[in-house]
Amino acid sequence: MLRYVFRRLLTAIPTLFVIVTMAFFLIRVAPGGPFNQERGLSPEIKANLEAQFGLNDPLWLQYVHYLGNLLRGNFGPSYNMPDFTVTELFARGLPVSIQIGASALILALLLGGLLGTVAALNQNRLADYSVIALAAAGSTVPTFVIAPVIQLVFGLTWKLLPIGGWGDGALLNKVGPVLTLALPQIAIVARLMRGSMIESLRSHHIRTARALGLSDWSVIVKHALRGAILPIVSFTGPAAAALLTGSIIVETIFSIPGIGRYFVDAALNRDYTLVMGTVVVIALFTIVFNLIVDVMYAFVDPRVRYD
Amino acid sequence: MGTCETILSVKDLRVRFRTLDGAVEAVKGINIHVNAGETVAVVGESGSGKSQTMMAAMSLLASNGEATGVVDYRGRNLLTLSKSELNQIRGRKISMIFQEPMTSLDPLYSIGNQLIEPIRRHRGLGAAQAREEALKLLRLVHIPDPERRMKSYPHELSGGQRQRVMIAMALANDPDILIADEPTTALDVTIQAQILMLLAELQRKLGMAIVFITHDLGIVRRFADRVYVMRYGEVVEEGEAEAIFVNPQHAYTKMLLAAEPTGTKAPPPPNAPVLLEGRNVEVTFKIGGGFLAGEPLILRAVDHISIRLKRNQTIGIVGESGSGKSTLGRALLRLLPSDGLIRFGDRDISAADRRAMRPLRRELQLVFQDPFGSLSPRMTVGQVVTEGLLVHEPTLSGRQRDLRAVEALREVGLDPNARNRYPHEFSGGQRQRIAIARAMILKPKVVVLDEPTSALDRSVQKQIVELLRELQADHELSYLFISHDLAVVRAMADYIIVMKQGKIVEEGPTEAIFSNPQATYTQTLMAAAIDVTRFRLSA
Repeated sequence: MLRYVFRRLLTAIPTLFVIVTMAFFLIRVAPGGPFNQERGLSPEIKANLEAQFGLNDPLWLQYVHYLGNLLRGNFGPSYNMPDFTVTELFARGLPVSIQIGASALILALLLGGLLGTVAALNQNRLADYSVIALAAAGSTVPTFVIAPVIQLVFGLTWKLLPIGGWGDGALLNKVGPVLTLALPQIAIVARLMRGSMIESLRSHHIRTARALGLSDWSVIVKHALRGAILPIVSFTGPAAAALLTGSIIVETIFSIPGIGRYFVDAALNRDYTLVMGTVVVIALFTIVFNLIVDVMYAFVDPRVRYD
Repeated sequence: MGTCETILSVKDLRVRFRTLDGAVEAVKGINIHVNAGETVAVVGESGSGKSQTMMAAMSLLASNGEATGVVDYRGRNLLTLSKSELNQIRGRKISMIFQEPMTSLDPLYSIGNQLIEPIRRHRGLGAAQAREEALKLLRLVHIPDPERRMKSYPHELSGGQRQRVMIAMALANDPDILIADEPTTALDVTIQAQILMLLAELQRKLGMAIVFITHDLGIVRRFADRVYVMRYGEVVEEGEAEAIFVNPQHAYTKMLLAAEPTGTKAPPPPNAPVLLEGRNVEVTFKIGGGFLAGEPLILRAVDHISIRLKRNQTIGIVGESGSGKSTLGRALLRLLPSDGLIRFGDRDISAADRRAMRPLRRELQLVFQDPFGSLSPRMTVGQVVTEGLLVHEPTLSGRQRDLRAVEALREVGLDPNARNRYPHEFSGGQRQRIAIARAMILKPKVVVLDEPTSALDRSVQKQIVELLRELQADHELSYLFISHDLAVVRAMADYIIVMKQGKIVEEGPTEAIFSNPQATYTQTLMAAAIDVTRFRLSA
């Protein structure tokens, strides 16, 4: 198993290299540059800025410099927020995004898993149809609708939650964004869980467990549920990578200082270093979480062995 | 032999399934009883309701099924018990083993864990005591090295071992009745025999009654005291096993008993030309390996095999699962990469690629085992049957193709009007006829038949065997007949190759192999396959 993890980490290096290279050149193919949009920037100042950041060097040299810095863990300065390095921006924003994302993920797994199981156990009855309807609603209503509704109902009408802002990480400030982020995920997990649980309940070894006179608890929880969570485990990898790296919609609507906004803002402003930093972080998260999922899979399912 | 005390009696049992097409009655008011310690067989072909009868008794019906009537176990009606009362009887007084040993154990828990669970539940033993009991049970069912096996997971066991574990679980609480639902159907013949011997031995030791649900008359003859014959959800005949075999009353029972394939195939004339030849054919599979993963494991599925198939000859390739018999068939048709020489007629096709093989494909056809999976569900039977013509005779008009489809379907004994319907509307035997028609429409010379009768009921098997023989006689076909079923091979083939682990252990003319098998493995196979001829009616 250790050998497998080591091998997977080794293969991550070329993957990451390809991603970094593609992102580096693709963002530069896009027209414009980091200092183009700002009106009133005199040509001399612009030239100075570009010289300072090495943007006049040949492209290959910029690439070599970037790779060299990256290897030393240096993402470089942000072009549009010159007072901060990219690393500093992440150091402030990433914990916020991770807190919101992780809470949403855990909520989605627990609540979605529960709803899906209840639906599967009551297949084609009222409880099942209710969950299916909720799941359909949850996955079709977009977050930019859910978020303002939460603000309106919980913030303005009932005054239970703050409308927005981070509040230095106060618990109540997190409820709205976590709910918004979690709702579509709850819907997805519930649907996945319902399907795999129904399949699991129909399998031959569940029939064996029933024929042996085992209790419902054992049949459902010990035997059916454990087999049914395997697809959920697979789903968790990419979902975690997506949720923990923040969401521009949620962060913008609730005015939260996470990193989800950076990707879009930076891309629009041609803030090359910040775009690259975001790409590397998201790629790393994706690689690491997929690895974690594969390792967990081996713990849940003894048939899966890596060697 | 049982005493006269009746411990289980099924009275006027009906089982209905709610389906989209309305209610389907699978069991139509049957009466069955089981006496203490006896062996009862419930015999029937697929769809007879024999399994659903016992599923209903154990409350294991699918969620759209419902049972009415009475299932009386020692004075209590199992159909009206609450779930917790029922769970005092299921797995304790009445237990059950199933047809699918590969999937009937939970893949995620160790054998020990799964064995201990019912023991603790029903006997309230502590973990350590239950573990001791579990070990005892594994020894009872002759699992080698039980200490180690307790820690194994189901996928690490063979099918036969899994079935032994299933039996151990079922017997854990010393039941009154063991219901065995086709317990050996999915196993190789030598393993089948071992499992049946084990069940007989355990019955002698423990004295429980056994209910065999089976389609296999050999098992019935050898083990059952009494027999119920079921068809279409009804019991058509019941009685002492001996009486039923000697003097069957109902026409259906007579038909079942006569359904073993009979006859033999004469060898082709000695000067018949060799059509398909393989010399030192070898197929290897690489397992694992890759970046940093070390050397791959090389599995030699077909190990230097030579074979010469003459015109109008049928070579039976016999072996248990994993012997490489199907792989050999595919390699000879160049559907798998292989080493060694393969000749078709006077052409060396050892190195022919897909494009070079394409014109030859019409003369080299293949029929698969699974009549359900091998026909596209979205094509009409006519489209399925004529698809090959589009490739091999592209100049035919639609009308000409349709005429050929009519001809081919008629030849395999199907109503030509079937060509506008879809495969799911046909039974297993009819689908296999469609698959044969699909091969025959191209007028092939060599047909590889890969277990073409294994998924079919006995009575249907016989018809397919007869159809294949007629087609062979009419068109001078050469067959490579791959099967694990010795009775069918004996009726079909004039020459037999016995394979084990990729190698030929014995080969020769059919009658020589059957009357005087040389290799020990062949002898084991023969002994294990319950000799069907013994059960045929001496009319």
